[in-house]
Amino acid sequence: MDHAPTPSTRIPTAEHITSYPRFILRALWLATEGGVGFYLWMFVLTALMLVGLNAFAHQTAEGLAVTAMTDHVSWGMYIGNFTYGVGLAAGGVMMVIPAYLYRDKDMHDVVIVGELLAIAAIVACLAFVNVDLGRLDRAWHMLPIVGRFNWPVSMLTWDVVVLAGYLLLNLHVVGYLLYMRYLGRSPSKSWYLPFVFLSIIWAISIHTVTAFLYCGLGGRPFWNSAVLAPRFLASAFVTGPAFIVLTLQVIRHVTRFPVAEGAIETLLKILRVTVILNLFLVACEVFTQFYTGGAHVTSATYLFFGLHGHDALVPWIWCAIACNLTATAILLTASFKKHTGWITAACGLALMGVWTEKGLGLIVPGFVPSTLHEIVEYLPNQVEWKVSIGIAALALIVFTLGLKLAIAVFTGEMQRHDEPT
Amino acid sequence: MSDFTRRAALKVAAATVGAGACARALAPLQGWAATLTLEEFLQRHYKELSREQMERTLRRIEEQTLAQHGVQVDVADPRPLPDVQFAYALNLSLCIGCRRCAEACHEENNHDRATNNSYIRVLQLKKGSLSLDHAVVDYAGEVPAEGHFYMPVQCHQCDNPPCVDVCPVEATWKEADGIVVIDYDWCIGCRYCEAACPYHARRFNWSAPTIPPEEINPDQGYLSNRIRPAGVMEKCTFCLHRTREGRLPACLEACPTGSRVFGNLLDPDSDIRWVLENKRVFVLKEDLGTQPRFFYFFDK
Repeated sequence: MDHAPTPSTRIPTAEHITSYPRFILRALWLATEGGVGFYLWMFVLTALMLVGLNAFAHQTAEGLAVTAMTDHVSWGMYIGNFTYGVGLAAGGVMMVIPAYLYRDKDMHDVVIVGELLAIAAIVACLAFVNVDLGRLDRAWHMLPIVGRFNWPVSMLTWDVVVLAGYLLLNLHVVGYLLYMRYLGRSPSKSWYLPFVFLSIIWAISIHTVTAFLYCGLGGRPFWNSAVLAPRFLASAFVTGPAFIVLTLQVIRHVTRFPVAEGAIETLLKILRVTVILNLFLVACEVFTQFYTGGAHVTSATYLFFGLHGHDALVPWIWCAIACNLTATAILLTASFKKHTGWITAACGLALMGVWTEKGLGLIVPGFVPSTLHEIVEYLPNQVEWKVSIGIAALALIVFTLGLKLAIAVFTGEMQRHDEPT
Repeated sequence: MSDFTRRAALKVAAATVGAGACARALAPLQGWAATLTLEEFLQRHYKELSREQMERTLRRIEEQTLAQHGVQVDVADPRPLPDVQFAYALNLSLCIGCRRCAEACHEENNHDRATNNSYIRVLQLKKGSLSLDHAVVDYAGEVPAEGHFYMPVQCHQCDNPPCVDVCPVEATWKEADGIVVIDYDWCIGCRYCEAACPYHARRFNWSAPTIPPEEINPDQGYLSNRIRPAGVMEKCTFCLHRTREGRLPACLEACPTGSRVFGNLLDPDSDIRWVLENKRVFVLKEDLGTQPRFFYFFDK
């Protein structure tokens, strides 16, 4: 990433006033340029996003009654996806750590992919919490100063702070590095390195705080576990690298952006540790619940085996466990190490497994049985699926366009000196 | 035409189609947006409203109720009385599980008729255990059933309320007389309090409540039984629009067995003081440290 600055590319500070808007304009133009495959991809994503937007408009007009949530299971798929998204965002840091702390050259060249993933995932997270609000028109009540911000007592206010902070940190780092590259200048370390190191700590904090949202509730024994935050981090460090490996493989296929084998190798090495760590922590949780028994095990019994004939989540959780175990087995099999097909399958399975285990598998059993031991089941309905897919499409649009810009700048396709006059 | 301008024209065309599709997707919002007023949107938190602002707000709610439900109601804002600390006790030996308290709550508090909502849930438990594990809510048939006893559960107005701690916008708080309230005009509907409450005491308005006009209770309080907007939380307020004016909660008046005892803890001659001093009372889920103001006891 380090470029020797050439005198011809130096511009006076005042010129940023014109050159930065032009950079943004060119980025926007570039965002709508591409081949048939690109247009098709964006068309499908936009269509899906519109379907979600329409479902969300209905939900806003008619109330959250159109979802499958009830007073018994009062959080569902939206909050589950939010939790998963925070994990993806935090998982991006598994590129930042090797790139900046261990000065891994191969990773350094592609680290921007991890930072862009963080941005796209946070956008999705913010969307998921907002669609879950009963009164989106009052979201401003949550703003510090103009609203009434119950900080530091409410963990949700901490989450607002850390998520917004993480988004800004990554936007700054990505925006600064790309703009400098575009100008043909080498970035000044003091303008981004402190932010990169801050973002490493911040990544850990976003997922810790998200776990604290749940594990601090004494009335919900299923969540009331100290191992929840470590579990969240372990699974985040599964999904982040897995998603990035898949992304890097796509980038290799469809662009000229050089992705060194070393970067993928490093991510897979991380994955081989974190999939096991994640399974280990799940096992710790399951042991403590079932060996102790009593009231603490009823939710887990419901999740894994069903309770009094209610077993809506049983197939989901066993499917998740099967996905995680298969992904682990593939990743640890020496002969599959160089096999792109198997690696892709393992990453996909790990993403699916964690999504189920950490989404519906974590949120819903917290509410079943209810605090008065009533059993009301929940599975997301069509509205929730549509809105969720719409938000995922929105995040993929953000991710795609971010990658497109980054790749154009890094491969020299978009440079200041070849601006159209 | 150069390639560049043709591409630009195509992009403009695509953007126009996209914007049109977007407008179509958002069309259901039209009716919803029409119900929002700037005054409501900018309304401050309950504790920040001056007396005049509160008066205006109360009149606005009355007008809206008249417009939407066709009923003239009286919305007041009774404040906590000095030297009053409310508490409730329930005699489990007397309760027969008739659910008349839950029905009275439903009517008094202008609950949604479609969901048959109430702040009170009556649990049927087998004699011999206080464990809620085997509690039944949807019991039917003759009550009291042989070998069973009944435990009505409502908001315990905890002195250490987890629901208040978790609220990100301070839309819920504990009043000076011990009642935990919600500003329905400030709540954002995140339902974190509903997840935090260990007693299933909080409810969410999943849609706008429906009540036939003739069944609307016109005696309403801003913080208690006024008809709630869609998308906000609600909970038992010990009927503060009644109790702060010296009356008893609706659930107590409806109870045919005299199981319910309500009063001021600071009044040494009150029934509630007598119960707390003379009966071996207990609270639900004491181990959670929520310090409820709702006590249970057995006579025999």
